[in-house]
Amino acid sequence: MEINERNIKLWSSLGPRATLGLVVNELAKVHDDLVVLTCDVSTSAGLDRFKKTHPEKYFDVGIAEQNLIGIAAGFASENFNVLTTTFAPFQVTRCCEQIKVNLGYMKHKITMIGIASGLILGNLGYTHCCIEDVGVLRSIPNLTIVSPADSLEVVKTLQSVLANKNNSVYIRLTGGANNPIVYNSDYKFEIGKSIKLTDGDDITIFSCGTMVHNAIETSKMLKEKNIKAKVVNMHTIKPIDKKAIEDSLSSKLLVSIEEHNVVGGLGSAISECLSSFANTPRLLSLGIKDEYSKGGEYKYLLARHKLDVDSITNQILKKL
Amino acid sequence: MKSIQELKEVSKSIRKNILKMAFTAGSSSAHIGGALSIADIMGTLFAKKIKFKEGDPYFEGRDRFILSKGHACLAYYASLFENKFLDKNDLLSFEKDGSDLLGHPVRNMKKGIEFSTGSLGMGLSLGIGVALSLKKKKLSNHIYIVLGDGECNEGSVWEAAMCASHYKLNNITVIVDNNNFQQTGSNDQIMSLGDISLKWKSFNWNTSIIDGHNFEQINSSLEKNLIDCPNVIIAKTIKGKGVSIFENNNIWHHAVITKKIYDEAMLEIEKKNGN
Repeated sequence: MEINERNIKLWSSLGPRATLGLVVNELAKVHDDLVVLTCDVSTSAGLDRFKKTHPEKYFDVGIAEQNLIGIAAGFASENFNVLTTTFAPFQVTRCCEQIKVNLGYMKHKITMIGIASGLILGNLGYTHCCIEDVGVLRSIPNLTIVSPADSLEVVKTLQSVLANKNNSVYIRLTGGANNPIVYNSDYKFEIGKSIKLTDGDDITIFSCGTMVHNAIETSKMLKEKNIKAKVVNMHTIKPIDKKAIEDSLSSKLLVSIEEHNVVGGLGSAISECLSSFANTPRLLSLGIKDEYSKGGEYKYLLARHKLDVDSITNQILKKL
Repeated sequence: MKSIQELKEVSKSIRKNILKMAFTAGSSSAHIGGALSIADIMGTLFAKKIKFKEGDPYFEGRDRFILSKGHACLAYYASLFENKFLDKNDLLSFEKDGSDLLGHPVRNMKKGIEFSTGSLGMGLSLGIGVALSLKKKKLSNHIYIVLGDGECNEGSVWEAAMCASHYKLNNITVIVDNNNFQQTGSNDQIMSLGDISLKWKSFNWNTSIIDGHNFEQINSSLEKNLIDCPNVIIAKTIKGKGVSIFENNNIWHHAVITKKIYDEAMLEIEKKNGN
């Protein structure tokens, strides 16, 4: 897939789910061993075109997520490159034990894509939001967790994981159509290696998924107040990039921002790492404060959980 | 191909090794009843049906076996021993610190264990993934999966049962060890299965009911060449089969064997011609 300005704009306007469908359709041409498994979500996952173009590589197992993971592991045991996708809560929490035994314990390697994770489906209620997936999966050995910052990073992540079957990978898709662009051009992406987006000596902001854009915008607001923020895209939450955390220890304050429960997610991963160093700065961990709030549309929920740029900026300023 | 008399000898050896391993486990207990109930099925499967190549665990033409009721691993290990995947020292390491042979199978291709099982209700889904893979590769290898009747309480079994027939997976054979007991009581006390054969039939599986200790019946039920559906064999078995004090006595679901019981049980098995 050509990475150019036109495609980057297209993918952004389509959002991560439709981008997933487009890129998988292209990657199937390169990876002959690719099979895609879904649970009656071909349209939601943007896979209708793939289903028509590559029917021999497409398996719908019905609304049966536990079965989905078992079948995927069976395919993986026969060396297929397997991609599973359904809505994040059903992809993860519904079939947690299948993930543990088949992927973690038995080490069969597949790629799971949790669509519409975070708060994007907030008006459908918290059955369909997913603020727990990273926390749950982080506790299972032999899994990699990636939360792409924008649609281009969805493309980069998929390209990377399908080319290297080193581990089972969970790709967490957040945000919706017209999601903000973080990367305007191609860049080097490597699983497990965070990317510094802006430089700054005062504070370091770590973020992932949709919150990377908010982190950048926050850094601009802070700059107006003469606070220089280093913004780091922690696209890989597991394994966490320890070096990037170590490199931030001279900051006055560390901040983590995630569209996830503050328990178990990026902030937790950073604080676990941080606690191994002496004399570390404080970590302000921003996310959903371990609650199921009233539902509502995406923007409303981000504001309610103080994950909009103004709220993030104010919370940081209070700590400085 | 082994004769019925030879199969009886294989089963006898499997039962003796089940007891040896259970006794070796000492105070850590072993799942004895559900291993003895599948001894004849396992012996026949590995002696007559499952294709494999000695010394080549990744042989492409091999059939696949999944012990979905992983707690019955003693029968699995004993069958792998019969077929030279395991040696005596392996068997004696059962449930010991750092052993490859734990109380539930851990994937170990070199030792012939294709999948880790133990958490119930997962084996058939794995088998479906393998079955679809083999069909995509245009290979005719077969997948044999042993389930427990108690295991059929798990909803995931029925997700998978629905899926296997939807995809017309005629390369899957499931054997349900229908010994009528589960961990803390009979199926009817804990969770009634009703007409288990009818349940599978209604999920569009080819269904047969056999005496799971009758070698002719085990053999013929495995000989089905189906065109467009998977095969399930409801094997009526006796939990603890082969040792009279264990039979239909659910205390022996997971228990410790004393030296006295071990000696008596070994003697009883030795004296019998077959099961």
